[in-house]
Amino acid sequence: MAESELLSVRGLSMRFGGLLAVDQVSMEVRLGEVVSLIGPNGAGKTTVFNCISGFYRPTSGEVLFKGRPMQRLPGFKIARAGMVRTFQNVRLFKEMTVIENLLVAQHMQAERNLLKGLLLTKGYRRREQEVMERAAHWLERVGLIDFANREAGNLAYGQQRRLEIARCMVTQPRLLMLDEPAAGLNPNETRDLNQMIVRLKQEEGITVLLIEHDMSLVMDISDRIYVVNQGKPLADGTPEQIQRNPEVIKAYLGEE
Amino acid sequence: MDELLYFLQQTINGLTIGSTYALIAIGYTMVYGIIGMINFAHGEIYMIGTYIAFIVITGLAMMGIDNTLFLIVAALLVSMIVASAHGFAVERVAYRPVRGSKRLIALISAIGMSIFLQNYMRLAQGSRDKAIPNLLPGGWEFGGEGFVVNLSYMQVIIFVVTLLSMGALALFISRSRLGRACRACSQDRGMANLLGINTDLVISMTFVIGAALAAVAGLLLGMYYGVVNPYIGFLAGLKAFTAAVLGGIGSIPGAMLGGLILGIAEALTGGYLSSEYKDVVAFGLLILILLFRPWGILGKPEVEKI
Amino acid sequence: MASQLLHAGFSAGLTFLLGASVLGVELRSQGVNTIVAVEGPMTWLWLGVAVVIVFFHQLFRPRIEALRRRTWGGSRFSLPPLLRNHAQRRLMIALVIGALLLFPFLAERSAIDLATLTLIYVMLGLGLNVVVGLAGLLDLGYVGFYAVGAYTYALLNNYFGFSFWEALPLAGIVTALFGYLLGFPVLRLRGDYLAIVTLGFGEIIRILLNNWTELTGGPNGISRIPKPTLFNLEFSRRADEGNIPFHEFFGIPYDPSYKVMYLYILALLLSLATVYVIYRLMRMPIGRAWEALREDDIACRSLGLNPTGIKLSAFTIGASFAGFAGAFFAARQGFISPESFTFIESAIVLAIVVLGGMGSQLGVILAAIAMTLLPEIAREFNEYRMLLFGLIMVMMMVWRPQGLLPLKRPQMELKRG
Repeated sequence: MAESELLSVRGLSMRFGGLLAVDQVSMEVRLGEVVSLIGPNGAGKTTVFNCISGFYRPTSGEVLFKGRPMQRLPGFKIARAGMVRTFQNVRLFKEMTVIENLLVAQHMQAERNLLKGLLLTKGYRRREQEVMERAAHWLERVGLIDFANREAGNLAYGQQRRLEIARCMVTQPRLLMLDEPAAGLNPNETRDLNQMIVRLKQEEGITVLLIEHDMSLVMDISDRIYVVNQGKPLADGTPEQIQRNPEVIKAYLGEE
Repeated sequence: MDELLYFLQQTINGLTIGSTYALIAIGYTMVYGIIGMINFAHGEIYMIGTYIAFIVITGLAMMGIDNTLFLIVAALLVSMIVASAHGFAVERVAYRPVRGSKRLIALISAIGMSIFLQNYMRLAQGSRDKAIPNLLPGGWEFGGEGFVVNLSYMQVIIFVVTLLSMGALALFISRSRLGRACRACSQDRGMANLLGINTDLVISMTFVIGAALAAVAGLLLGMYYGVVNPYIGFLAGLKAFTAAVLGGIGSIPGAMLGGLILGIAEALTGGYLSSEYKDVVAFGLLILILLFRPWGILGKPEVEKI
Repeated sequence: MASQLLHAGFSAGLTFLLGASVLGVELRSQGVNTIVAVEGPMTWLWLGVAVVIVFFHQLFRPRIEALRRRTWGGSRFSLPPLLRNHAQRRLMIALVIGALLLFPFLAERSAIDLATLTLIYVMLGLGLNVVVGLAGLLDLGYVGFYAVGAYTYALLNNYFGFSFWEALPLAGIVTALFGYLLGFPVLRLRGDYLAIVTLGFGEIIRILLNNWTELTGGPNGISRIPKPTLFNLEFSRRADEGNIPFHEFFGIPYDPSYKVMYLYILALLLSLATVYVIYRLMRMPIGRAWEALREDDIACRSLGLNPTGIKLSAFTIGASFAGFAGAFFAARQGFISPESFTFIESAIVLAIVVLGGMGSQLGVILAAIAMTLLPEIAREFNEYRMLLFGLIMVMMMVWRPQGLLPLKRPQMELKRG
């Protein structure tokens, strides 16, 4: 296995009762890449995501993250290992404020010792301060600092999407998994999102795995693309290769 | 030989009680299958059904009617109707308004309803035990010189009526229009709604059917034990719920199976260990099943929607 | 209009059926026989009134609702953040605590005693509020933990001679352990199961206490549990060997009300400690995690929070408060038996939490006061108490699930500059 391989999925299958939703999907994500997973609606992309991030236990196959098998771990352990995801229909803590969303996300970095918290020790205060500062830093970066004390549920849709990404970033992940981050965004917001992902990649060295329907976004920012159709792997390659692949075109446009 | 006969006796007793648990459990499982909530007040509906059956039997007997079959059938019909009305009203008052809210809200509303009904009956009917005479004394006896196995007529009646009710339910669900609608709703309520099924009506009917079956159980167990008080619904409800979970909540055959298993487990505990810990068995079983197989014997694991 | 009429008629008929079958006739015991008695004309009159009300209410329901919406429209009061100013708030809190500390020196003995009882319910309400209000877990067997706390002190004293102060922390720890052991298997499951398993747990504890006669004394309970001491000074007329009674130490005449006052002050201090601890917890990472988990546990998992662990912490902490309250209860009563720990107690505490507004400390405190004082003020109320508690739970959930005094949540604010 190459040094630079961050995530490696081998022969992943997921069966729900009689339905084989994902069938022998394999993919590699190398350090620092932006890799996209595309395919028509119902192709099983989100199921692949759910298997990788530990929400489903795959029927068969392997998920290796930094060379370690992940497929039997529960979701929260996978997140702690450094793989953090967003959701197709944004899952914020809607009744909590924007900044609180980012504080919750840093639960593992915060001082969780109850005694220290009850007694308000110096160490506890310092750690809380750090957590708060990191949250503020990320709010600044995604342009939501002015909304810090608003309830997250009251943000505009595009802002909620950005907050969800910031919430992932405060956990200091290695791999950021985005499930249709551009869904429901207008062209301007999509452009901002595009720039944001590029900046995250350049400045933070984050690796991104992306599910997306917006083809111009996908073609623009992806280093490599995997295509699945009806749960099966169809093609993979650079954006140019994918755009020219007749199989892919057929899958998207349907049989003549 | 005596050992075996003793075991047989305990099994018969267990099956008797277990089949009535199964009847109550169906109410839990059907409601759960369709709206995904535990109807905590279901045990109280069973208790109300028992009271109504007692009132009818006593009332008719006071009028001088002593045809046992007529007494039982009349009590059965009236208590089914009244219990159904209660089930219907409970859903309307306490569950429908909170159907869209968080699960905790519905749960608290249900537990509140249960407390309310229990105390309502206590105030209306008094908190002391009320008894009726045994309408069907006697039975068959068989066995060796030492231990004699006793199969009472009442036990036979319990089996027969339970089987008939279950059969009627199965027929209703598989054949009737409303039964089909029920099944559609338990698969996907939103979709069923879009297809023009009146889901509100289906939900109401689920409560009505569950309550009617609980009333059947109320009559049978009431006649078996001969007493009723406002507190019997609590334990019976808990046990029937255990039976439903044991069999796989949402599954009707599962409720039947779970009821029988629980009944036998209880009878054997009572027969071999100590009757004081009979009630603990149900909870122990519930915790074990939740630990190792939360979807029950016949259920399927739920797939979380993300 | 015809369908409206039909609907109203149906509702009225249903009301009549429900009322007539349960309220209209009554099973009565007459010697060895049971008879059915038809209630007198008053009952039927009331039933008729109810039927008529239901009929017209259903008939004009759309109009009534429109009217209500116009008059009540959106007026959902919630508790304003009392005294935003920090210094003012501190002063206010200091004044309230001072008044509460002075209270026993001014009030009658029975009033002090009642206040102590109220404070026990305050503790229980606050503890359950952690589980139900903050973490969103429905615990119907809270009384089981209360019983564990009480019996821990009683048994430790009975068999090993532990004093109240030695047993109090142990009661908290033992109860927390019970909470942990019970929560561990069930907290990974859906909330409904938790509710029913805890309900069963409460019952099992009571059955065990009732039947394990050699250890617990069974239904007879445990008596002669000593009252708490003040630095080994006892509040009885004559102390046990080696101890000195309070009044002799200070050279004042014996007065049984010292004991009552001391118990009240202890209860007050325990309650204040409870309030403070929960106040802090709500603002700590664990408190944030509880809230987040209540809102969306899938999102929590995706961020590396272990839902089972976090729920378990709420469950265990909540249980330990019941343990402290239980130990104090045993000390105050001097006698405990399984009868004090029935499901009714769980229901009362849950009603307190629901009425006060899930998550709100002040709301819960006020609800606890109301719920314990009401039966004292109106004796006849006692008979209908449980009926009303059930009704309150349903009505609150239907109309005002956030409680009468909903929580203005303590939100972390980003302060800049």
